[in-house]
Amino acid sequence: MKPIAAVNDFVIKFANVNGSGSASANELFAKAILRMGVPVSPRNIFPSNIQGMPTWYEARVCESGYAGRRGGVDMMVAMNPQTWDADVAEIEPGGYLFYDSTRPLPASKFRSDVNVIAVPLTAITNAGYTDPRQRQLFKNIIYVGALSVLLDVDADVFEALFAEQYKGKERLLEPNIRALHLGRDYVKNNLTAPLGIRVKRSDQVGEQIFVDGNSAIGLGMVYGGATVAAWYPITPSTSVPEAFQKYCETFRVDPVSGQNNFAIVQAEDELASIGMVVGAGWNGARAFTATSGPGISLMTEFIGLAYFAEIPITIVNVQRGGPSTGMPTRTQQADLIACAYASHGDTKHVLLFPQDPHECFEHAAAALDLADRLQAPIFVMTDLDIGMNQRLCQPFTWDDSRDLDRGKVMTAEELEAGADFGRYKDVDGDGIPWRTLPGTHPSKGSFFTRGTTRDPYARYSERGPDYTYNMERLLRKFKTAADLVPQPVLRNAPKKTSYGVIYFGSTTPAMHEALDVLEADGVHIDALRLCAFPFPDSVKQFIAAHEKVFVVEQNRDAQMRSMLVNELDLNPAQLIRVLHYDGTPITARFITRAIREIVQPAVLPLTPPLPVNQPIKVAA
Amino acid sequence: MTYISKPRLHHPTLTANKVGYTRRDYEGRISTLCAGCGHDSISAAIIQACWELDIEPHRVAKLSGIGCSSKTPDYFLGASHGFNTVHGRMPSALTGANLANRDLLYLGVSGDGDSASIGLGQFANAMRRGVRMAYIVENNGVYGLTKGQFSATADRGSKSKKGVINSDSPIDLVGIALQLGATYVARSFSGDKEQLVPLIKGAMEHGGAAFIDIISPCVTFNNHAGSTKSYDYVREHNEAVNRIDFIASRNEITTMYAPGELVDVQQHDGSMLRLRKLRADYDATDRYSAMSYMQAHQARGEIVTGLLYVDPLATDLHTSLNTSAHALNAMGVAQLCPGSSALEKVNASLR
Repeated sequence: MKPIAAVNDFVIKFANVNGSGSASANELFAKAILRMGVPVSPRNIFPSNIQGMPTWYEARVCESGYAGRRGGVDMMVAMNPQTWDADVAEIEPGGYLFYDSTRPLPASKFRSDVNVIAVPLTAITNAGYTDPRQRQLFKNIIYVGALSVLLDVDADVFEALFAEQYKGKERLLEPNIRALHLGRDYVKNNLTAPLGIRVKRSDQVGEQIFVDGNSAIGLGMVYGGATVAAWYPITPSTSVPEAFQKYCETFRVDPVSGQNNFAIVQAEDELASIGMVVGAGWNGARAFTATSGPGISLMTEFIGLAYFAEIPITIVNVQRGGPSTGMPTRTQQADLIACAYASHGDTKHVLLFPQDPHECFEHAAAALDLADRLQAPIFVMTDLDIGMNQRLCQPFTWDDSRDLDRGKVMTAEELEAGADFGRYKDVDGDGIPWRTLPGTHPSKGSFFTRGTTRDPYARYSERGPDYTYNMERLLRKFKTAADLVPQPVLRNAPKKTSYGVIYFGSTTPAMHEALDVLEADGVHIDALRLCAFPFPDSVKQFIAAHEKVFVVEQNRDAQMRSMLVNELDLNPAQLIRVLHYDGTPITARFITRAIREIVQPAVLPLTPPLPVNQPIKVAA
Repeated sequence: MTYISKPRLHHPTLTANKVGYTRRDYEGRISTLCAGCGHDSISAAIIQACWELDIEPHRVAKLSGIGCSSKTPDYFLGASHGFNTVHGRMPSALTGANLANRDLLYLGVSGDGDSASIGLGQFANAMRRGVRMAYIVENNGVYGLTKGQFSATADRGSKSKKGVINSDSPIDLVGIALQLGATYVARSFSGDKEQLVPLIKGAMEHGGAAFIDIISPCVTFNNHAGSTKSYDYVREHNEAVNRIDFIASRNEITTMYAPGELVDVQQHDGSMLRLRKLRADYDATDRYSAMSYMQAHQARGEIVTGLLYVDPLATDLHTSLNTSAHALNAMGVAQLCPGSSALEKVNASLR
């Protein structure tokens, strides 16, 4: 058995029990690797449960910076007896198994093709600490210490991290450092280190930041000027309003009065949370809610009202596995159609697709501007993979000359000067009407907002021509939106090719890695990353320029492909589905295999190529 | 009431209030409700109350749900912005609107189907939160627009126009509002303008969540013998516990009353509610005795009306949230956006 040897390129997975305090130890481990200048992308794999169930933390260490999930495990830190057998089975041949050897395990529990690293963690912990709670917490730090020697991570990196973490709480500093060294000393004195897989100082992290998408959205909402947030707890979106609250407490408390320049309400349900956002948007505040699939289902009636009555609102959908309660703690991109066409009647909504936390910040602020500009619901479509995992990404930036785009709001002065105010009248040809805010003028500009049909002056009307005028104008407005939303990002292959690929959102890091792998193999594909719906003309042009275009997405029914066919009047045969929807984040390995099966069928003689345009099944 | 189209030309003797508006300035579009509908009387009472309170019409935001009652905000305060939202969800939309701009007065108009059936949850939670508003339910016990089905406030044993007997217990919105912390709770009758106008005035000026349940007979579907929401039935069973006068400030009190019959309640803004007690044993500032009085008297078939409970020093959701005294919707980039140097510090903390 040849041990895996890899510097700055491996996957380590921690199998833990939730509620045991392992999460912060695991994050400490990931941050230490980043401080060594080596990119790492961790993922929480957790059940819908509070305490006692299995949870995993899978960290991909990758000097090249690929942040997608790789697949496969080179080292398992097996801290959970419940999942031992499955965890051990998952290790790549030649990989490493790190475990607590305090109590002996029978030989049958191990694999002959895996390197076993036995550390008596419980014994070390119990010798060092007497308090049961301390024993539980410091056991986690002790395994991090042991791993740091095995993987050649410097102790001073951890000591610096502890010093930052416990600034002002110095009494916690010493016991943590002590625990770290208990682990380090055991390995130094008893085992051979470092292993074949290891970390070597590099400079690939640079100015990048390490943050989760939900925090980035919360911060983006502060920068974008949101003042009202209403929400209802639902995994995986809950940390969005929590982050907004945290950043508001830092940045939005008036230093003189001590009062809040924000209002956050945890509503009784999603119907109320969207209702509050609609009420606030109607009254001129920038307002948002954050939810996930089941919440969207509940909100659809109000979304239809906001579409038809033209109320600016922002909805963050951190997607999880559906349908119904589905897989609440797993990731998917399966609410595209539910959001794009949410509510009864003819509706279409603007969706944004951030690729990482950096764009979560940007899109959150952009969504608030777009909502005001378009007087419409704007969806920020992220997912659990981006939302709840820390990701290395470009630092946040802000242009201080940027103002809030409040869109077409008629002022008291304009009304006083005799401006013709027709709330639902297209005076500029872009489909976007002017609005007034309640309380603007004593006698001019008031109107009655309703979900029923009305004429351009907001007077109740069931006349066919009034209805169609309004519906056509809404279509015109949607066309205007295509030019205002973040535009697609093109990545051309170095050689001319008849293949294209379309992807979006959290698929991006895996897609970029797959493109590099395919290119190294001589398979050239032009790639277009969608950043928003509606699709601008450039999307149609990209598809027209290629014979076949793969559409890579994380749902069963090829929802983005349906939207492309539907909105751009395309021949469906031109768009090839690449679908990954088992709840785990898509990998470059999966995409590469799926594309190769179409592009290079001859190199896979044992498996017949899938017929073009048939769904490609998810790898087992 | 604007049921019959009247000329917009103002009669020269039509008196203006302190802010320069006549009663006509508080009217809206022509009502499309049935002739004799109780809701039109309530609209007229709202017009009267706002005119008497010297409220500038455009400083009121009027929100409603869906149904006959929810159509009425179009029929009063034409210079105010109105929002006819979705069925049963007026409370949440009003909450959001109120958070966006605390400088306006909020008037929520709903019905018994809207607030007691589909919207019971939102009604209850808005009361809990203490959203500052006057929340009016125009309660007729039936669904009018869909032609006469029972609503959740219909009394057990009452008969529909088609002859069906209601077998479900009624939801008592006043009881729920009292239990959940509303700080101004009243019940009235659309046919008793003398009682209703001061109750609306008190609600509009109240500092927290004010709720008025107004029995408002449906002349088309629920005004027959066997109904407990008909004009005749309500007149026969109306048991007012008090009458109130609303006085904008203490020095305006001119009417003299016999001592012992009166209770003056000063609201947070200095305005005064002068209660003329009709029941010596009723104390409108005691929530728990109000609840037990209501339960006992309703069990006897009485419709207890009047100002049932008031906490004159009530505060609202903005107080709980410690929101700025300035309207959130008027804040600009200087108050809202921390800027690039603060962002650089955030970046540094994430490395």
